[in-house]
Amino acid sequence: MATEAVARPEAAPGRLDRPALAGVLVREIINFSSYWRSTTFSSTVEPTIYLIAFGFGFGSLVSHVGGYDYVDFVGTGTVATAVLFSSVLPAMFGTFVKYKFQRTYDAILAAPVDVEELVTGEALWLAMRASVYGCAPMIVAMFFGLEPSWGMLLVPFINFIAGYGWACAGVAIAGFLKGIENFNYVTSAVITPLFLFAGSFFPIAGLPDWAQLLAELNPLFHCVQLVRHAVFGLHGWVDVWNLAFIVVFGLAMWRLAIVAMTRKLID
Amino acid sequence: MPADGLAIRLRGVIKRYGAITAVDGLDLDVPAGTCVGLLGPNGAGKSTTMRILTAQTIADEGQVQVLGHELPGQSKRARAAMGVVPQLDNLDTTLTVEQNLVVFSYLYRVPKAERAAAIERVLDIAKLGDRRDAKVDELSGGMRRRLLIGRALIHRPPLVLLDEPTVGLDPQVRQELWSLIDRLRNEGTSILMSTHYIEEAERLCDTVTIVSHGRAVAVGSPADLVAEHAGGEAIEVYGSPARLAETEAEMAREGFPTRRTGTSIAVLRINDGSGRAPAGERRTANLEDVFVLLTGEEIG
Repeated sequence: MATEAVARPEAAPGRLDRPALAGVLVREIINFSSYWRSTTFSSTVEPTIYLIAFGFGFGSLVSHVGGYDYVDFVGTGTVATAVLFSSVLPAMFGTFVKYKFQRTYDAILAAPVDVEELVTGEALWLAMRASVYGCAPMIVAMFFGLEPSWGMLLVPFINFIAGYGWACAGVAIAGFLKGIENFNYVTSAVITPLFLFAGSFFPIAGLPDWAQLLAELNPLFHCVQLVRHAVFGLHGWVDVWNLAFIVVFGLAMWRLAIVAMTRKLID
Repeated sequence: MPADGLAIRLRGVIKRYGAITAVDGLDLDVPAGTCVGLLGPNGAGKSTTMRILTAQTIADEGQVQVLGHELPGQSKRARAAMGVVPQLDNLDTTLTVEQNLVVFSYLYRVPKAERAAAIERVLDIAKLGDRRDAKVDELSGGMRRRLLIGRALIHRPPLVLLDEPTVGLDPQVRQELWSLIDRLRNEGTSILMSTHYIEEAERLCDTVTIVSHGRAVAVGSPADLVAEHAGGEAIEVYGSPARLAETEAEMAREGFPTRRTGTSIAVLRINDGSGRAPAGERRTANLEDVFVLLTGEEIG
């Protein structure tokens, strides 16, 4: 044993080991190669429908909102929506399916991968996806008249940070809930209001004070603000605050997801 | 290998779930290079024990050592060095055979330069070379099992855990897997295999640990266990339920152990002891006699 250890020195595997994260990511990337068409289809067609429906529907009633052209307003606002839906929902359902039906997590945790690495790897992957898919509404909006700007190059990074937080939130939800039927409570009572009261489709300034206060606590609202400001011009400290909010949200959800999944996977 | 020559060493391991004690002071040794069978009825604690060895279940008490690594603290190192074949198939079904192996070559940290060769080697062991591009969904049950076993060997582990490796498979497929497992054993891989198929344990295992209600009730080679607990020969007595009950009582008086087989009463150790053996069909005693004798006749 001792001689073997001298002959093959190896670093003790630590926490958040790179090879472990790589293993989880490679699995997701290879799987993605078998279903990317349908995911890409829905992530580009959906924002197009939103833009057409809201842009032409509301756009015929209001041409400007909060100082923006309505198509520009919705086109940038739905970036955050696309990030939300391409991270939190696949995280919730994917985690549950991989845990319960495919037993994928049993296989991964029998390998030299810990729960912390499993959760982090899954969230990193979903954040990368959300980062790219989140840009779809913005690109579609450019066909409807959104002017290109250098600030748009920041959008994938904002999407990544926000997507990481939402992915972890989805994993945590799947970890804490007992059955997949309970997901309905979360999507109706939590995700739908978060999605609607975030300033994507209408400015929250028109809402009553209490609703504005609640929107301030909505991470999606900060993501919407940040994306819009990145595209049309950043607002200094306001956007530092917006960024700080989604970073802290991401870190908090990350730890929560690890706690939830450890409870579920290790007994 | 650790100094004591044991690939797995469990001492006094206890795992409770509320009022239920799934593992109740289990001792278990897997000497390096041997195949050990963990034999017990459903609910005896076999699956919990398997999960403890990968630290997916954390023991409440006792000592767990795998390849010299203390669990759960050093479990990651232990997991890196062993292969695990789960009871329930958890392959990625929408991926091809080869893609499944690529994923595991990353999860088990096979160095980049060795990855392609490792995958070829496993395809060869699992005899799936010509199905490498087939989706797992398209494979037969036996092929899926071979892939599941092959997948666990991608990093040439010195220790392999097999959890009920042939459950639910037809005899032909089972034989095929047995020869695969036998090949591993001959190559010097240490194996811990949980099973409730007696024949599987008899054919493949150097030693068997029989578990009942979470503890080891007998340890030894299949032949020694049979000799010690069931003797050389048994007699099977057939008849009506009343006749069987009568035989059972009579044999107890004569000092012979008996066990029910479902259709008959098997009277054991008929060559030792002084009692008068009954009339019936004589046969060689087997591990199943020992198993039922030691783990009870009732379904728990």
